[in-house]
Amino acid sequence: MSRYLAGRIGQAIPVLFGVTLITFLLTHIALGDPVRAMMGQRADPEVMARIRTEYGLDKPVWDRYTLYMAKVLVGDLGYSYRQDRPVTDVVAERLPATVRLAVAAMLVAMVLGLAAGTVAAMRHNTLWDLCMMILSLLGISTPVFWLGMMLILFFAVWLGWFPISGYGDGAFRHLVLPALTLGALQAGYIARMTRSALLEVLRQEYIRTARAKGLREGVVILKHGLRNGILPVLTLAGIGLGDLLVGAPLTETVFGWPGLGRLLVAAVGNRDLPVVMGATLLFALIYLGANLLVDLGYALVDPRVRLLKR
Amino acid sequence: MSPVSERRASRPYTVEFLRRWSRRPAITLGSIILLLFTVAALLSPLLSPYDPYQIPEGLAAVSLLSPRPGHWFGTDLLGRDLLSRILSGARVSLLVGVVVELVVTPIGVAIGLFAGYFGGRIDSVLMRITDAVMAFPGLVLAIALTAVLERSGLLSVIVVLAAVRWTTVARIVRGQVLSLREAEYITAISALGAGKGRIIFRHLLPNCLAVILVAMSFGVASNILSEAGLSFLGLGVQPPTVSWGSLLAEGIVYLTVKPWLCIFPGLAITCAVLGFHVLGDGLRDILDPRLRS
Repeated sequence: MSRYLAGRIGQAIPVLFGVTLITFLLTHIALGDPVRAMMGQRADPEVMARIRTEYGLDKPVWDRYTLYMAKVLVGDLGYSYRQDRPVTDVVAERLPATVRLAVAAMLVAMVLGLAAGTVAAMRHNTLWDLCMMILSLLGISTPVFWLGMMLILFFAVWLGWFPISGYGDGAFRHLVLPALTLGALQAGYIARMTRSALLEVLRQEYIRTARAKGLREGVVILKHGLRNGILPVLTLAGIGLGDLLVGAPLTETVFGWPGLGRLLVAAVGNRDLPVVMGATLLFALIYLGANLLVDLGYALVDPRVRLLKR
Repeated sequence: MSPVSERRASRPYTVEFLRRWSRRPAITLGSIILLLFTVAALLSPLLSPYDPYQIPEGLAAVSLLSPRPGHWFGTDLLGRDLLSRILSGARVSLLVGVVVELVVTPIGVAIGLFAGYFGGRIDSVLMRITDAVMAFPGLVLAIALTAVLERSGLLSVIVVLAAVRWTTVARIVRGQVLSLREAEYITAISALGAGKGRIIFRHLLPNCLAVILVAMSFGVASNILSEAGLSFLGLGVQPPTVSWGSLLAEGIVYLTVKPWLCIFPGLAITCAVLGFHVLGDGLRDILDPRLRS
């Protein structure tokens, strides 16, 4: 198993390299001359030259990238133009809210998706099946921010059950609607995947055996079926986290959620490029990290991976 | 062989395709939805009851009207008919969705074909690049790119989305080529002396068309959602151009008091995206013989 994990981590390294290269290039294409961007048009050429040498900006692109990487590795993402603080501080402050929202949304997605998919597979080709599949299709077709608005309209404005927006110092009431919004899309995908995976598994002989030996249908589905069918669903959940994060800037904007996504959008608005790139890089790191976690989960759940010799 | 199956085998592929098509109510539904949207988008100047941009005279009397006969979807702050604006927005939203897919597909197909067929170092380099782009949640990279381009508008939306959206097609085509590459007929053709170009373009590419078509259908859906998201955040098309996303950005201010300004544009997005999803599902069922039960 350690070989498997080492392999997975080994695969992530070139991707990580590529990710930092992309953010580096974007920053440098966008900024053109960062010193001029910093000092303005009427800066003293001599001072500018000195700053350039100081920051290594007179060196070739490759050296600058190495420098950038060295900084990123120790957590230095540069300085925010607008807030006059290190980008790392700005970004770190927003990270917990986004992680909280993403984890809650993933939970919503897993619970709703697995439940809907299982019901659909158990009641294959019935009205239940059709309803669940129509719901999941709606889930993946609805723009996440619009769903957020409609949930606000229904549950916050009309029914008054939940607050309209805001973080509320982390109160659970404030988390419900954003998590539902962000989780719905993923729930749709997971439901579809669970249904087809489960239908596949339920055709296997050992399911017939389980039924033949008189096990209750619930046990057959949950213990024999779902446990074997859940693996592809887990993988999808890992990839799905990427989709989930896509929704983060939108959901956070609708709900006034103080997370990374809204920071990103605001930073684009006031052209605070170091913050834009810092937040973007962090999003990619979260995604890669989550996928690595899924791989770990895989190793724990699947005996075929766990016992892998090579 | 019975005469029936003989006749079936000799039926042309297109006829068989249409026959399967007509047997799927879902795909017919999807096509009808999309046809309606396309017609609405193309004929929007003729169909619109009012000018979608012109601010009418006597503004106070027509500002923020609720839905009623004459203004079926209500009016916005400047008294403009929402139905007309949604019809006008359909042009932009569908255009972006389709054009981005048309730009992205050849790029993704080329990368997927070469990576899959040549394998080895070319494959690892191309796939690591793909992985790196895919590691950014799609819209996040698109948002960062708009910051770099420093100008938003229809063209920049297309460029930005194309820059992040080619990866899906590349992945899918590569996977397909990897499995086809080892097929016996490919071995046979190369044993007969066919060149690489001939194998790639005459044999591998046509066999990928089915998955490409399905991916395009889902891709357009995804592009429409992305465009709506960007425009909603104010990073997409700029006024006076209208898209469904920018209508929602205007509407959210009035969400609690004039909800129709949000309800109708969102419904339009959902229906269009739903149409492409249903179409994609249906195409997959028809085209992929392995999935047919």
